[in-house]
This record gives sequence, C-alpha cells and structure tokens, in this order.
Amino acid sequence: MLLRKRRHPLVCKQAVALMTEYLENDLSPRDRERFEQHLAGCPHCTEYLAQMRATIAAAGQVEPDDLDPEALDDLVDLFRRWKQQ
Amino acid sequence: MGDPDVELLDALRVGDDAAFATLVGRYHTRMLRLAEAFVPTRAVAEEVVQDTWLGVVKGIHRFEGRSSVKTWLFRILVNRAKATGMREPRNAALDDGDGLDGRFDAGGHWAEPLEPWASIDARLDATEIARRVKECLPKLPDAQRQVLILRDIEGADSAEVCDLLKISATNQRVLLHRARSHVRGMLELELGRG
Repeated sequence: MLLRKRRHPLVCKQAVALMTEYLENDLSPRDRERFEQHLAGCPHCTEYLAQMRATIAAAGQVEPDDLDPEALDDLVDLFRRWKQQ
Repeated sequence: MGDPDVELLDALRVGDDAAFATLVGRYHTRMLRLAEAFVPTRAVAEEVVQDTWLGVVKGIHRFEGRSSVKTWLFRILVNRAKATGMREPRNAALDDGDGLDGRFDAGGHWAEPLEPWASIDARLDATEIARRVKECLPKLPDAQRQVLILRDIEGADSAEVCDLLKISATNQRVLLHRARSHVRGMLELELGRG
C-alpha cells in the first residue's frame, strides 16, 4: 500500500540550510510545513532562527561612516567647476 | 512614490550647490562602503565614488524616476566599480565560514546544544552589535559582502539586488544565506559560545 514514499522529517542540518529560504518566503507550502514542524520540536533550530533574525536586525542598524568635510568640499568644488564648463 | 531625494535631483538639474552637497552628505559614505566590496583598495573605491558623482551630474537628465534615486545612484556606482576592476580573488576558505563545521552529528542533528543569545541584549546594546557586524564586513567574500550590504544594510529587496548585481534570484539567495550565516557565526564567537 505504501506506493508513495513518505517524506522523512527534516534534520537540524537541513533546517539550518533552509533558514534563508524560509525567511525569504521562498519555500514551497509543503517544505514550509516540514520546516515549521521541525522547528516546533527543536529548541536549538528555533534558537538558530532567532540568531539569524538578530543578525539581520543588527545589520539593519549599521550606520554609514561620517563624511569627511574636506571630501565634501572637494566634491562641491568639482560640481561648481563642472557647471561652469 | 514619496522619494525624498527626487526634489534634490530637481534642484541639482538647475545647478543647486546645496542640493548637491545634501545628496553627497546622504550617500557618499554609503556608496564608499559598497564600492569597497568591489575594488581592491579604499583609494580606488574613493575614485570610483567620485567618478560616480560626476556621472550623476552629467547624466541627471537620464533619471526617469522608475527606480528610487538611491537605487539609481547605486546602479551607476556598481557599473563603474565593476568596470574599474575586481578585487583579486582570495583563496576560498576551507569551510563556508559559517562556523558550522563539525557542529552536527552523523545524523544531521546538533552535536551540542546551541548556546542561546538571549543574553545579547543585556550584555551589549544594539549599536555595539551593529559595530561588530560592520567589523565583519571586510572578512566576507566579496560577492557575499555586496549582497549583504545591499539587502540587510541598505534595505534593497531581492529583485533590486539581482538587477543591480546581474545575478539570478537563486544565486542572490545563496549569497545572502552564506553572508548571514557567516556574520552569525562571527557574532557567535563573540557573543554566544562561552
């Protein structure tokens, strides 16, 4: 009767490999379900997902460097000279 | 749609110095950060960004408002950075750099429990964690660094990044995954595993 091979549940290594696809909403509904089923029973992968989210949030807070005032002056000078041409 | 930079471009078209200075103030160092992910040195990155600004003022009539001003600036920058010459490819690391080597047992389960980061917020404020992420950037392989900057720091969406870097959606996602895993691994070394 077992004509269709049952899908094995995901193991941690597979779940970790799928984290970005999950966060990007790129998993098929079926794979999404398998992923979420794994997470529901695995505190470590749940923690890993939280760490990925924390990493993304931290990247979102990375500020650009301050602009060197001399560099700004040089560029504005360049702009003025270009206008006069 | 509500792009605050469009007014600046309008002023720039009529030669407004102050508008130019504002635009430079807003984007110069962000463009420098992105350029550094393409070219060999900071000095070359500075040349590329200066060259980009010249391209912007000369080509301002070509801005059609189909993308945001920011995306338009980044597109000019990326094209120039690529034309300038890529960095020397570095030797591929032995592992993926995600800190996951040897972390799983033969069955693919975590060999040891993951050290929770719950204490992160208590130990370090967000600015401090962001500073550490910034320090990780030069350690990433270039393609990963480009995608991470655009997606997670600049907030571009995946379609924009594919278009800017001329890569497929799958490639974009793989690079993003590796970059984030890499940064997570570097943060873990400092924050997690005691």
